[in-house]
Amino acid sequence: MTYGVVLFHTTSSAMRAEKLLIKEGCAIKLIPTPRELSSDCGIAVRFCWSECQRIKSVLEAAGVEVDTVRQIQS
Amino acid sequence: MIYLDNAATSWPKPPGVLKAMADVLERAGGNPGRSGHRLSIAAAQVMYETREKLASFFHVRDPLRVIFTSNATHAINIALAGLLKPGDHVVTSSMEHNAVMRPLRSLEKRGLKLSVVPCASDGSLDVSDVARAVKNNTRLVVVNHASNVVGTILPVAQVASIAHRAGALLLVDAAQTAGSIPVDVQAMGVDLLAFTGHKGLLGPTGSGGLIIGDKVDASLMEPLMRGGTGSQSALEEQPNELPDKFESGTPNVIGIAGLGAGIDWIMERGIEAIRAQEEELTRVLITGLCNIPGIKVHGTLDASRSTAIVSITAAHKTVSDIGLSLDEEFGIMCRVGLHCAPAAHKTVGTFPQGTVRLATGAFTSKDDISTAVAALQKVIS
Ligand SMILES: Cc1ncc(COP(=O)(O)O)c(C=O)c1O
Repeated sequence: MTYGVVLFHTTSSAMRAEKLLIKEGCAIKLIPTPRELSSDCGIAVRFCWSECQRIKSVLEAAGVEVDTVRQIQS
Repeated sequence: MIYLDNAATSWPKPPGVLKAMADVLERAGGNPGRSGHRLSIAAAQVMYETREKLASFFHVRDPLRVIFTSNATHAINIALAGLLKPGDHVVTSSMEHNAVMRPLRSLEKRGLKLSVVPCASDGSLDVSDVARAVKNNTRLVVVNHASNVVGTILPVAQVASIAHRAGALLLVDAAQTAGSIPVDVQAMGVDLLAFTGHKGLLGPTGSGGLIIGDKVDASLMEPLMRGGTGSQSALEEQPNELPDKFESGTPNVIGIAGLGAGIDWIMERGIEAIRAQEEELTRVLITGLCNIPGIKVHGTLDASRSTAIVSITAAHKTVSDIGLSLDEEFGIMCRVGLHCAPAAHKTVGTFPQGTVRLATGAFTSKDDISTAVAALQKVIS
Protein backbone atom coordinates (compact mmCIF):
# COMPACT_ATOMS: atom_id res chain seq x y z
CA MET A 1 0.00 0.00 0.00
CA THR A 2 1.24 3.47 -0.79
CA TYR A 3 0.89 5.95 2.02
CA GLY A 4 1.68 9.59 2.38
CA VAL A 5 2.85 11.38 5.51
CA VAL A 6 2.46 15.01 6.46
CA LEU A 7 5.39 16.33 8.48
CA PHE A 8 5.14 19.33 10.78
CA HIS A 9 7.37 21.80 12.59
CA THR A 10 5.60 21.43 15.94
CA THR A 11 3.53 18.84 17.77
CA SER A 12 0.77 21.44 18.15
CA SER A 13 0.50 21.73 14.37
CA ALA A 14 0.25 17.94 14.09
CA MET A 15 -2.55 17.94 16.68
CA ARG A 16 -4.33 20.74 14.89
CA ALA A 17 -4.08 18.89 11.57
CA GLU A 18 -5.33 15.63 13.06
CA LYS A 19 -8.42 17.29 14.50
CA LEU A 20 -9.28 19.11 11.29
CA LEU A 21 -8.76 16.08 9.06
CA ILE A 22 -10.87 13.82 11.24
CA LYS A 23 -13.60 16.45 11.25
CA GLU A 24 -13.47 16.46 7.44
CA GLY A 25 -13.86 12.68 7.42
CA CYS A 26 -10.35 11.91 6.12
CA ALA A 27 -8.98 8.46 7.05
CA ILE A 28 -5.71 9.32 8.79
CA LYS A 29 -3.53 8.05 11.60
CA LEU A 30 -0.95 9.76 13.77
CA ILE A 31 2.33 7.86 13.68
CA PRO A 32 5.84 8.44 14.97
CA THR A 33 7.71 10.20 12.16
CA PRO A 34 9.56 7.53 10.12
CA ARG A 35 13.26 7.86 10.92
CA GLU A 36 14.30 7.91 7.27
CA LEU A 37 12.43 11.18 6.84
CA SER A 38 14.22 13.86 8.73
CA SER A 39 11.59 15.98 10.36
CA ASP A 40 11.17 18.68 12.93
CA CYS A 41 8.42 16.93 14.82
CA GLY A 42 8.26 13.39 16.18
CA ILE A 43 4.63 12.87 15.19
CA ALA A 44 3.34 12.72 11.62
CA VAL A 45 -0.05 12.25 9.96
CA ARG A 46 -0.24 9.16 7.73
CA PHE A 47 -2.85 8.85 4.96
CA CYS A 48 -3.61 6.83 1.83
CA TRP A 49 -1.72 8.41 -1.02
CA SER A 50 -4.90 8.56 -3.12
CA GLU A 51 -6.23 11.11 -0.60
CA CYS A 52 -3.24 13.40 -1.01
CA GLN A 53 -4.91 16.30 -2.80
CA ARG A 54 -7.81 16.39 -0.39
CA ILE A 55 -5.55 16.30 2.68
CA LYS A 56 -3.40 19.08 1.31
CA SER A 57 -6.34 21.30 0.50
CA VAL A 58 -7.97 20.84 3.93
CA LEU A 59 -4.73 21.80 5.68
CA GLU A 60 -4.07 24.69 3.34
CA ALA A 61 -7.58 26.10 3.71
CA ALA A 62 -7.21 26.12 7.50
CA GLY A 63 -3.72 27.61 7.38
CA VAL A 64 -2.04 24.75 9.24
CA GLU A 65 1.74 25.09 9.20
CA VAL A 66 3.08 22.08 7.29
CA ASP A 67 6.74 21.13 6.85
CA THR A 68 6.41 18.74 3.88
CA VAL A 69 4.21 15.98 2.48
CA ARG A 70 6.05 12.78 1.43
CA GLN A 71 5.21 9.44 -0.07
CA ILE A 72 6.19 6.25 1.80
CA GLN A 73 5.78 2.55 1.06
CA SER A 74 4.78 0.06 3.68
CA MET B 1 -16.35 27.01 56.31
CA ILE B 2 -16.60 29.99 53.96
CA TYR B 3 -13.90 30.52 51.38
CA LEU B 4 -13.51 34.18 50.44
CA ASP B 5 -9.97 34.04 49.12
CA ASN B 6 -10.78 33.43 45.47
CA ALA B 7 -8.52 36.28 44.33
CA ALA B 8 -5.52 34.31 45.66
CA THR B 9 -6.70 31.05 44.16
CA SER B 10 -10.20 29.77 43.50
CA TRP B 11 -11.68 27.03 45.63
CA PRO B 12 -13.41 24.68 45.29
CA LYS B 13 -12.82 23.54 41.71
CA PRO B 14 -15.59 22.06 39.53
CA PRO B 15 -15.68 18.24 39.85
CA GLY B 16 -14.82 17.96 36.14
CA VAL B 17 -11.42 19.53 36.84
CA LEU B 18 -10.45 16.80 39.30
CA LYS B 19 -11.76 14.15 36.96
CA ALA B 20 -9.85 15.49 33.94
CA MET B 21 -6.62 15.51 35.92
CA ALA B 22 -7.03 11.96 37.18
CA ASP B 23 -8.01 10.90 33.68
CA VAL B 24 -4.71 12.16 32.23
CA LEU B 25 -2.69 10.10 34.68
CA GLU B 26 -4.74 7.06 33.89
CA ARG B 27 -5.23 7.38 30.16
CA ALA B 28 -2.77 9.88 28.71
CA GLY B 29 0.34 9.50 30.82
CA GLY B 30 2.99 9.87 28.09
CA ASN B 31 5.32 12.78 27.42
CA PRO B 32 3.54 14.99 24.84
CA GLY B 33 5.29 15.37 21.51
CA ARG B 34 8.34 13.47 22.63
CA SER B 35 7.74 9.84 21.77
CA GLY B 36 4.98 9.31 19.23
CA HIS B 37 3.41 6.25 20.88
CA ARG B 38 -0.24 6.26 21.83
CA LEU B 39 0.19 7.58 25.39
CA SER B 40 2.46 10.34 24.12
CA ILE B 41 -0.02 11.28 21.42
CA ALA B 42 -2.90 11.21 23.91
CA ALA B 43 -1.03 13.68 26.12
CA ALA B 44 -0.35 15.95 23.13
CA GLN B 45 -4.06 15.80 22.25
CA VAL B 46 -5.06 16.82 25.76
CA MET B 47 -2.76 19.84 25.53
CA TYR B 48 -3.99 20.81 22.12
CA GLU B 49 -7.63 20.60 23.21
CA THR B 50 -6.99 23.08 26.02
CA ARG B 51 -4.99 25.30 23.66
CA GLU B 52 -7.97 25.49 21.35
CA LYS B 53 -10.40 26.13 24.20
CA LEU B 54 -8.25 28.99 25.46
CA ALA B 55 -7.99 30.44 21.96
CA SER B 56 -11.74 30.49 21.49
CA PHE B 57 -12.34 31.67 25.07
CA PHE B 58 -10.11 34.74 24.61
CA HIS B 59 -10.97 35.20 20.88
CA VAL B 60 -7.51 34.34 19.56
CA ARG B 61 -7.50 33.34 15.88
CA ASP B 62 -4.53 30.94 15.98
CA PRO B 63 -4.37 28.39 18.86
CA LEU B 64 -0.60 28.08 18.34
CA ARG B 65 -0.24 31.62 19.67
CA VAL B 66 -1.42 30.39 23.08
CA ILE B 67 1.73 29.59 25.09
CA PHE B 68 1.39 27.43 28.18
CA THR B 69 3.19 28.71 31.28
CA SER B 70 3.30 27.84 34.98
CA ASN B 71 1.26 30.90 35.97
CA ALA B 72 0.70 34.57 35.15
CA THR B 73 4.07 35.55 36.62
CA HIS B 74 5.86 33.21 34.22
CA ALA B 75 3.85 34.58 31.29
CA ILE B 76 4.62 38.20 32.21
CA ASN B 77 8.32 37.39 32.52
CA ILE B 78 8.35 35.71 29.08
CA ALA B 79 6.74 38.80 27.56
CA LEU B 80 8.95 41.37 29.28
CA ALA B 81 12.24 39.51 28.84
CA GLY B 82 11.30 38.70 25.26
CA LEU B 83 10.36 42.16 24.08
CA LEU B 84 12.43 44.68 26.00
CA LYS B 85 15.95 45.93 25.48
CA PRO B 86 18.00 48.48 27.42
CA GLY B 87 16.98 51.96 26.33
CA ASP B 88 13.38 50.95 25.57
CA HIS B 89 10.68 52.97 27.29
CA VAL B 90 7.83 51.24 29.13
CA VAL B 91 4.68 52.73 30.64
CA THR B 92 2.87 50.97 33.46
CA SER B 93 0.43 51.89 36.24
CA SER B 94 0.88 52.35 39.97
CA MET B 95 -1.67 49.57 40.61
CA GLU B 96 0.49 46.72 39.37
CA HIS B 97 1.18 43.44 41.15
CA ASN B 98 4.80 42.55 41.84
CA ALA B 99 4.53 40.01 39.01
CA VAL B 100 4.79 43.09 36.76
CA MET B 101 6.59 45.55 39.01
CA ARG B 102 9.56 43.41 40.06
CA PRO B 103 10.62 42.29 36.57
CA LEU B 104 10.24 45.90 35.35
CA ARG B 105 12.26 47.32 38.25
CA SER B 106 14.95 44.73 37.56
CA LEU B 107 15.06 45.63 33.85
CA GLU B 108 15.19 49.30 34.85
CA LYS B 109 18.48 48.62 36.61
CA ARG B 110 19.81 47.35 33.29
CA GLY B 111 18.85 50.43 31.29
CA LEU B 112 15.10 50.21 30.71
CA LYS B 113 13.28 53.55 30.99
CA LEU B 114 10.16 53.14 33.09
CA SER B 115 7.23 55.53 33.63
CA VAL B 116 4.74 54.57 36.33
CA VAL B 117 1.45 56.40 35.79
CA PRO B 118 -0.21 57.14 39.15
CA CYS B 119 -3.75 55.86 39.62
CA ALA B 120 -6.39 57.44 41.87
CA SER B 121 -6.83 56.10 45.41
CA ASP B 122 -9.84 54.05 44.27
CA GLY B 123 -7.51 52.27 41.83
CA SER B 124 -8.89 53.92 38.70
CA LEU B 125 -6.69 55.11 35.86
CA ASP B 126 -7.15 58.34 33.94
CA VAL B 127 -6.25 57.40 30.36
CA SER B 128 -5.15 60.95 29.59
CA ASP B 129 -2.28 60.34 32.03
CA VAL B 130 -1.26 57.35 29.93
CA ALA B 131 -1.48 59.47 26.78
CA ARG B 132 0.88 61.99 28.39
CA ALA B 133 3.33 59.30 29.50
CA VAL B 134 3.90 57.56 26.14
CA LYS B 135 6.80 58.77 24.01
CA ASN B 136 8.07 57.95 20.56
CA ASN B 137 10.46 55.33 21.99
CA THR B 138 7.75 53.64 24.09
CA ARG B 139 8.00 49.96 23.24
CA LEU B 140 5.38 48.59 25.61
CA VAL B 141 2.51 49.60 27.86
CA VAL B 142 1.78 47.12 30.68
CA VAL B 143 -1.39 47.29 32.76
CA ASN B 144 -3.48 44.96 34.87
CA HIS B 145 -7.01 44.32 33.65
CA ALA B 146 -8.22 44.57 37.25
CA SER B 147 -6.46 45.21 40.54
CA ASN B 148 -5.87 42.34 42.93
CA VAL B 149 -6.06 44.83 45.84
CA VAL B 150 -9.34 46.68 45.26
CA GLY B 151 -10.73 44.97 42.15
CA THR B 152 -10.94 48.15 40.07
CA ILE B 153 -11.21 47.35 36.35
CA LEU B 154 -8.96 49.41 34.07
CA PRO B 155 -10.09 50.75 30.66
CA VAL B 156 -7.89 48.37 28.70
CA ALA B 157 -9.37 49.10 25.26
CA GLN B 158 -8.69 52.83 25.65
CA VAL B 159 -5.16 52.16 26.86
CA ALA B 160 -4.69 49.94 23.78
CA SER B 161 -5.60 52.79 21.41
CA ILE B 162 -3.15 55.11 23.13
CA ALA B 163 -0.38 52.52 23.05
CA HIS B 164 -0.98 51.73 19.38
CA ARG B 165 -1.07 55.40 18.38
CA ALA B 166 2.38 55.73 19.93
CA GLY B 167 3.59 52.63 18.08
CA ALA B 168 3.82 50.61 21.30
CA LEU B 169 2.45 47.17 22.15
CA LEU B 170 0.06 46.47 25.03
CA LEU B 171 0.65 43.69 27.56
CA VAL B 172 -2.29 43.02 29.88
CA ASP B 173 -2.04 41.16 33.19
CA ALA B 174 -5.41 39.39 33.27
CA ALA B 175 -4.63 37.32 36.39
CA GLN B 176 -7.70 38.71 38.18
CA THR B 177 -10.12 38.80 35.26
CA ALA B 178 -9.62 35.70 33.09
CA GLY B 179 -12.64 33.51 33.76
CA SER B 180 -14.38 36.18 35.86
CA ILE B 181 -15.20 38.88 33.33
CA PRO B 182 -15.24 38.53 29.53
CA VAL B 183 -11.85 39.02 27.87
CA ASP B 184 -11.74 39.44 24.08
CA VAL B 185 -8.19 40.21 22.97
CA GLN B 186 -9.27 41.33 19.51
CA ALA B 187 -12.06 43.64 20.62
CA MET B 188 -9.91 45.06 23.42
CA GLY B 189 -6.81 45.51 21.24
CA VAL B 190 -4.60 43.48 23.56
CA ASP B 191 -1.29 42.45 21.96
CA LEU B 192 -0.09 40.16 24.75
CA LEU B 193 -2.30 38.67 27.45
CA ALA B 194 -0.90 36.99 30.56
CA PHE B 195 -3.32 34.83 32.53
CA THR B 196 -3.16 32.32 35.33
CA GLY B 197 -5.10 29.06 35.39
CA HIS B 198 -5.81 28.72 39.10
CA LYS B 199 -8.03 31.74 39.80
CA GLY B 200 -11.12 32.62 37.73
CA LEU B 201 -10.41 29.92 35.15
CA LEU B 202 -10.93 27.35 37.93
CA GLY B 203 -7.96 25.20 36.94
CA PRO B 204 -5.22 23.92 39.26
CA THR B 205 -2.18 25.82 40.49
CA GLY B 206 0.79 25.57 38.15
CA SER B 207 -1.22 26.32 35.00
CA GLY B 208 -1.47 29.51 32.99
CA GLY B 209 -0.47 31.06 29.72
CA LEU B 210 0.61 33.90 27.50
CA ILE B 211 -1.25 34.91 24.35
CA ILE B 212 0.95 36.44 21.70
CA GLY B 213 -1.25 38.45 19.35
CA ASP B 214 -0.96 38.53 15.55
CA LYS B 215 0.66 41.96 15.58
CA VAL B 216 3.59 40.80 17.71
CA ASP B 217 6.55 39.51 15.70
CA ALA B 218 7.44 36.56 17.94
CA SER B 219 10.55 35.80 15.86
CA LEU B 220 12.10 38.95 17.35
CA MET B 221 11.34 37.90 20.94
CA GLU B 222 14.08 36.26 22.99
CA PRO B 223 12.82 33.16 24.81
CA LEU B 224 13.13 33.29 28.60
CA MET B 225 14.19 29.63 28.69
CA ARG B 226 15.67 27.35 26.08
CA GLY B 227 15.62 23.58 25.93
CA GLY B 228 13.95 20.48 24.59
CA THR B 229 10.63 20.89 22.82
CA GLY B 230 10.20 17.47 21.18
CA SER B 231 10.43 19.26 17.83
CA GLN B 232 13.47 20.05 15.66
CA SER B 233 15.60 17.75 17.78
CA ALA B 234 18.44 17.82 15.24
CA LEU B 235 18.98 21.49 16.06
CA GLU B 236 21.16 22.67 18.94
CA GLU B 237 19.48 26.05 18.69
CA GLN B 238 16.04 26.97 19.97
CA PRO B 239 13.33 26.61 17.29
CA ASN B 240 11.50 29.76 16.21
CA GLU B 241 8.05 28.21 15.77
CA LEU B 242 5.18 28.91 18.14
CA PRO B 243 4.34 27.63 20.65
CA ASP B 244 7.55 25.58 20.96
CA LYS B 245 9.89 28.58 21.10
CA PHE B 246 8.50 29.49 24.53
CA GLU B 247 7.58 26.02 25.82
CA SER B 248 10.85 24.26 26.61
CA GLY B 249 10.78 21.34 29.01
CA THR B 250 8.07 18.77 29.75
CA PRO B 251 4.84 20.70 30.31
CA ASN B 252 2.28 20.37 33.10
CA VAL B 253 -0.08 18.13 31.12
CA ILE B 254 -2.15 17.27 34.19
CA GLY B 255 -2.62 20.93 35.08
CA ILE B 256 -3.41 21.83 31.47
CA ALA B 257 -6.09 19.11 31.40
CA GLY B 258 -7.61 20.56 34.58
CA LEU B 259 -7.52 24.04 33.07
CA GLY B 260 -9.38 22.77 30.01
CA ALA B 261 -12.09 21.33 32.24
CA GLY B 262 -12.30 24.63 34.14
CA ILE B 263 -12.98 26.44 30.88
CA ASP B 264 -15.62 23.85 29.95
CA TRP B 265 -17.42 24.56 33.20
CA ILE B 266 -17.29 28.32 32.60
CA MET B 267 -18.50 27.99 28.99
CA GLU B 268 -21.37 25.79 30.12
CA ARG B 269 -22.48 28.24 32.74
CA GLY B 270 -21.66 31.29 30.65
CA ILE B 271 -19.13 33.91 31.64
CA GLU B 272 -21.86 36.60 31.64
CA ALA B 273 -23.88 34.61 34.18
CA ILE B 274 -20.83 34.10 36.40
CA ARG B 275 -20.00 37.79 36.19
CA ALA B 276 -23.60 38.80 36.98
CA GLN B 277 -23.69 36.58 40.08
CA GLU B 278 -20.31 37.76 41.37
CA GLU B 279 -21.21 41.38 40.72
CA GLU B 280 -24.46 41.04 42.66
CA LEU B 281 -22.74 39.35 45.64
CA THR B 282 -20.03 42.00 45.60
CA ARG B 283 -22.67 44.74 45.64
CA VAL B 284 -24.33 43.13 48.67
CA LEU B 285 -20.97 42.75 50.40
CA ILE B 286 -19.93 46.38 49.77
CA THR B 287 -23.27 47.68 51.05
CA GLY B 288 -23.16 45.46 54.13
CA LEU B 289 -19.62 46.45 55.05
CA CYS B 290 -20.18 50.17 54.40
CA ASN B 291 -22.94 50.03 57.04
CA ILE B 292 -20.59 48.80 59.78
CA PRO B 293 -19.20 51.74 61.78
CA GLY B 294 -15.43 51.58 62.07
CA ILE B 295 -14.89 49.79 58.76
CA LYS B 296 -13.53 51.56 55.72
CA VAL B 297 -14.15 49.95 52.36
CA HIS B 298 -11.53 50.80 49.72
CA GLY B 299 -11.89 50.98 45.94
CA THR B 300 -14.65 52.39 43.77
CA LEU B 301 -17.48 51.05 46.00
CA ASP B 302 -19.18 50.26 42.70
CA ALA B 303 -19.45 46.53 41.94
CA SER B 304 -20.05 47.22 38.25
CA ARG B 305 -16.62 48.82 37.97
CA SER B 306 -14.70 46.13 39.81
CA THR B 307 -14.12 42.40 40.06
CA ALA B 308 -15.42 40.40 43.01
CA ILE B 309 -12.86 41.87 45.44
CA VAL B 310 -13.70 43.95 48.51
CA SER B 311 -10.78 45.34 50.50
CA ILE B 312 -11.30 46.83 53.95
CA THR B 313 -9.45 48.33 56.91
CA ALA B 314 -10.73 49.08 60.40
CA ALA B 315 -10.02 52.04 62.64
CA HIS B 316 -9.29 50.11 65.83
CA LYS B 317 -8.16 46.68 64.75
CA THR B 318 -5.21 45.47 62.70
CA VAL B 319 -5.86 43.60 59.51
CA SER B 320 -4.05 40.54 60.83
CA ASP B 321 -6.23 40.43 63.96
CA ILE B 322 -9.33 40.63 61.79
CA GLY B 323 -8.08 37.85 59.52
CA LEU B 324 -7.25 35.62 62.48
CA SER B 325 -10.64 36.13 64.14
CA LEU B 326 -12.49 35.47 60.89
CA ASP B 327 -10.64 32.20 60.42
CA GLU B 328 -10.56 30.93 64.00
CA GLU B 329 -13.96 32.06 65.25
CA PHE B 330 -16.04 31.98 62.08
CA GLY B 331 -14.25 29.67 59.63
CA ILE B 332 -14.08 32.46 57.08
CA MET B 333 -10.96 32.50 54.92
CA CYS B 334 -9.65 35.67 53.35
CA ARG B 335 -6.26 37.27 52.75
CA VAL B 336 -4.77 40.11 54.78
CA GLY B 337 -1.71 42.25 54.16
CA LEU B 338 -0.12 43.63 51.03
CA HIS B 339 -1.19 41.00 48.47
CA CYS B 340 2.18 41.15 46.64
CA ALA B 341 1.32 44.65 45.46
CA PRO B 342 3.12 47.36 47.46
CA ALA B 343 2.71 49.99 44.73
CA ALA B 344 -1.05 49.41 44.64
CA HIS B 345 -1.34 49.73 48.43
CA LYS B 346 0.67 52.97 48.32
CA THR B 347 -1.79 54.24 45.70
CA VAL B 348 -4.82 53.22 47.76
CA GLY B 349 -3.26 54.65 50.95
CA THR B 350 -3.09 51.34 52.82
CA PHE B 351 0.69 50.86 52.84
CA PRO B 352 2.35 49.29 54.83
CA GLN B 353 -0.40 47.71 56.94
CA GLY B 354 -2.41 46.46 53.97
CA THR B 355 -6.06 45.46 53.92
CA VAL B 356 -8.40 42.58 54.63
CA ARG B 357 -9.40 41.28 51.21
CA LEU B 358 -12.64 39.37 50.72
CA ALA B 359 -13.00 37.78 47.32
CA THR B 360 -16.14 36.08 46.12
CA GLY B 361 -15.92 33.23 43.61
CA ALA B 362 -18.10 31.19 41.30
CA PHE B 363 -19.22 28.97 44.21
CA THR B 364 -19.98 31.70 46.77
CA SER B 365 -23.61 31.98 47.89
CA LYS B 366 -25.69 34.86 49.16
CA ASP B 367 -25.76 33.18 52.58
CA ASP B 368 -21.96 33.12 52.65
CA ILE B 369 -21.97 36.89 52.14
CA SER B 370 -24.52 37.64 54.86
CA THR B 371 -22.65 35.34 57.26
CA ALA B 372 -19.40 37.18 56.47
CA VAL B 373 -20.96 40.61 57.01
CA ALA B 374 -22.43 39.50 60.36
CA ALA B 375 -19.07 38.02 61.40
CA LEU B 376 -17.22 41.23 60.57
CA GLN B 377 -19.77 43.22 62.54
CA LYS B 378 -18.91 41.08 65.61
CA VAL B 379 -15.15 41.13 64.98
CA ILE B 380 -15.07 44.93 64.74
CA SER B 381 -17.30 45.77 67.68
C1 LIG C 1 -2.95 41.15 39.31
C2 LIG C 1 -2.12 39.91 39.48
N1 LIG C 1 -1.07 39.71 38.67
C3 LIG C 1 -0.32 38.60 38.75
C4 LIG C 1 -0.59 37.63 39.68
C5 LIG C 1 0.30 36.43 39.73
O1 LIG C 1 -0.38 35.25 39.47
P1 LIG C 1 0.41 33.88 39.68
O2 LIG C 1 0.84 33.85 41.12
O3 LIG C 1 -0.55 32.81 39.34
O4 LIG C 1 1.59 33.93 38.77
C6 LIG C 1 -1.68 37.78 40.55
C7 LIG C 1 -2.04 36.79 41.60
O5 LIG C 1 -1.33 36.42 42.46
C8 LIG C 1 -2.45 38.95 40.44
O6 LIG C 1 -3.49 39.15 41.25
